[in-house]
Formats: sequence, structure tokens, C-alpha cells
Amino acid sequence: MTTRRRSASTTLLVSTRKGLWLLRGDAARRRWRVQGPHFLGHVVSHAVLDPRDGHTLLAAAKTGHLGPTVFRSTDLGRSWKEAVRPPAFRKARKGEQGRAVDHTFWLTPGHPSRPDSWYAGSSPQGLFHSGDGGVCWEPVSGFNDAPEIRPLLGGPQDGTPDGPKLHSINVDPRDPDHLLLGMSSGGVHESRDEGRTWARLIDGMEVVEGFDVGNAAFHDPHCVRMAPSDPDRLWQQNHCGIYRLDRPATAWRRVGRAMPKAVGDIGFPMVVHPRDADVAWVFPMDGTSVWPRTSPDGKPAVYVTRDAGRRWRRLAVGLPKRQAWWTVMRQAMAADGGAPVGLYLGTTGGELWASRDEGARWSCLARHLPEIYAVEAAGPGR
Amino acid sequence: MRVHVPTPLRSYTGASLVEAHGITLGALLLDLDRRYPGLRFRVVDEQDRLRPHVRFFVNGQQVFDLGRPLGPEDELHVVQALSGG
Repeated sequence: MTTRRRSASTTLLVSTRKGLWLLRGDAARRRWRVQGPHFLGHVVSHAVLDPRDGHTLLAAAKTGHLGPTVFRSTDLGRSWKEAVRPPAFRKARKGEQGRAVDHTFWLTPGHPSRPDSWYAGSSPQGLFHSGDGGVCWEPVSGFNDAPEIRPLLGGPQDGTPDGPKLHSINVDPRDPDHLLLGMSSGGVHESRDEGRTWARLIDGMEVVEGFDVGNAAFHDPHCVRMAPSDPDRLWQQNHCGIYRLDRPATAWRRVGRAMPKAVGDIGFPMVVHPRDADVAWVFPMDGTSVWPRTSPDGKPAVYVTRDAGRRWRRLAVGLPKRQAWWTVMRQAMAADGGAPVGLYLGTTGGELWASRDEGARWSCLARHLPEIYAVEAAGPGR
Repeated sequence: MRVHVPTPLRSYTGASLVEAHGITLGALLLDLDRRYPGLRFRVVDEQDRLRPHVRFFVNGQQVFDLGRPLGPEDELHVVQALSGG
């Protein structure tokens, strides 16, 4: 098994519509050194540093004209190699409609006991696995070809304009066979046998008014997180609210009902404290009328709960006070492992903001980047 | 035959003009992938469909079919077809 290296500093991986940037912070998280762009011009949907070895990076990329691929670095981004076999669906059988990956959307390192294992989610929706550190990828047939899941996967004409996304692949730190993922749209699904069979986990989740709540196709989880310190505690930011689920219960509770009415509980990211499963952060966005998906009233704010969703508190010190119409994508907000926890969020306007004190005060780390798609924080201590 | 390579694919070929062989466009792309691993998947998807923002011209005529026959004197231009900003 690979030795886990606990870094004393924090590295941010900022994936954008035009490339990848790395920001390396000092131990105090006050000074940051920018490295990049990597893959200038590539649409980078997600980049992740492997916490199992502390130096392997995977980046999911494509360009405006070329097909999707995965780049891999084993030296913290100093050099990169392309995957030999990037995520791709199996060749269609005669009479079948063939599916093709438009872009790999999500990357998740596997369980620490399986150091070369990685998972990827794509658009159109598909689940893929690599057993060799991201060099060669195989479709997870137990998911992609399951008769009960296949109708949910959608194609290029379904889902959101940029295509339906398979995201939020969670691996239970106690059990490498236990997987949880979100489909946007398609609901939350769980496997206890490493992806061979799946069960729906949608009870309690709401859908857009007038649609059948029993049909998984109408469920749109935006981001689903297993609490790192208590994997039985699940958090979810959904198209229809903020939810919590404590296993072995099977029904989600809409804890976002406790958010201020004028703000609502619509958004994309969901961030959970690395050591306290009762603490979680969201970034609410306007889900009224035509769904602007911008900060309500042009006043960006993070909201935190410290009691498992019973109460929520506004955190906006340092953020613009007015006329700031931010959108933060589902992967574009992250927590580091520091004490206190550092929080980071990237906007579609290309700004990167940070807080060293769990959201109490915010400052801008970078401006003028391309549209930010994802922010991941590695270290300190993680 | 001669293959003109657009800038997005030169990280694979290292050159704007390369030689490759094949009796069809599909065979030619397989030969290019043998010479420059990874190139084919960037221009042809897993269902053997040409990707929409890459275009192929044989002797100045656009082709859409991997089965298009090719001769040794033919010349292929691979062109990027971007849209949007």
C-alpha cells in the first residue's frame, strides 16, 4: 500500500474552461504561488490530487474540437502524460444506439487500500473505472448497462444544454465496495458490491412541481457528499433544496427549509467539514422564476450550519456587498484539511476566493481567470 | 500518403505534415494512431463516428465516411472547425 503523505501546505487545483491552474499556499495559507496555465485552451472539467500518494494528479480535459481525454502527472504537475485509453463507452452492438463520451466530468480517487483505483463520471452519463492509476479506463458495465439505469443515463439531447452529468462519486473510507453517486438528472444511487449492482436512494427528495417524485429521472441532485468523519452522514445540494440523510435511514430530510426564505436553498456545491459531520457549507443561488442561478439579490454569501442543518448562518464578510451576480458550479467550492478549515470558491466570472477561518472572512486570491469549473483543495494534513 | 495536421494535433505528431498509409480513411486513421498513440480518439469517437468539430478533406473534397477509399497519391487535410469563443 502506498504511504500517505500529509502535506504541510495547501494546493488548489483550479479547473477552468480554458485550462488548469495550480495555486500553492504557504503553511499559513496567506501567500500563494500561481503555477499555470496547464493545457491552455483545453476545457478542464475537473482535476484532482491523489490523497493516497500526495503527488499524482489527474485532469479531465477536452478542447473545442478534439475528443475527451485524461491527463496524468506523477510529479505534481511538472510533467503530464495522456491516458492510453481514456474513458469511453463500449462499442454498440448491432441495433443498439451507440453512446460516446462528450467529456469526462468528474474524477474520484478510489479507496486507500486500492491505490491505483480511480473512478470517473461522464457526460452523457456513464461510470468508468481505472485500476492502473488512470492510464487505462473501462466502462463500469454494472452501472452503464443495467436495465434499470440505462433509461436514466440520457444522451446528448437530454438533460442540461451542456449534457447530463454523472458526478459526486463517493467511496466509503470504511469499505472499498461501497459507492455512492449522483446523476444530474437521474437521482442518487448506491452500490455495496463495487459497482456490480445499484440501488436508488431518492426517498424524501423533492422534484419540480407536477412531476412524479417516484421517478428517478426527475430527481436532480447537484452535489452529494459523504461526510469524511462519518460516512453514514450524507449531505446533498439538490435542484430542489438542501438535504441530509443519516444511515441506516433511507429517506432524505430537506434541512434547507431552515434557510432564510429570501435566500432559499437552491445552489450547486455542497462542502462538508473534514472532521465534523455536523458542519457543512453551501453557496445559495437564485432559483426563482427563470432560474438566474446567481447570488440572490446580487449579494454573494456562503451559508454554514454547525448543527446538522437545523440552523444556517450567513457568512459574507469580505465578499462584495452588492451588484455581484456570482455563479459557483457544483465542483467549484472546496474545503482544505486545516485547523481552522480553509474554504475556497471559484466563480464563473473567473475569480477565486478564500477563507482561512471556516468562512468567517473572505479575500480574493485571483481574478481574471477563465470561467471556473472546479476547485479542489489538497492539504494541509489531507 | 501525405497528411496535413492542424495545430491541435501537433502535440501528437510534432509536425504539420506527416506520412501515413491506409486503403480507406478509417485504415489511415488507425495507421496514424499506431504512429502517434492517442491521436485517433481525439478525432473519432468510440462508435467510429468522426467528431463534429474536426473535418477531413481528401484532395480538397470534404469526406464524412471512414470507409472512403484512398490511394497512395491522395492528400488528406485534417481541419479544426471551432465555434464560439
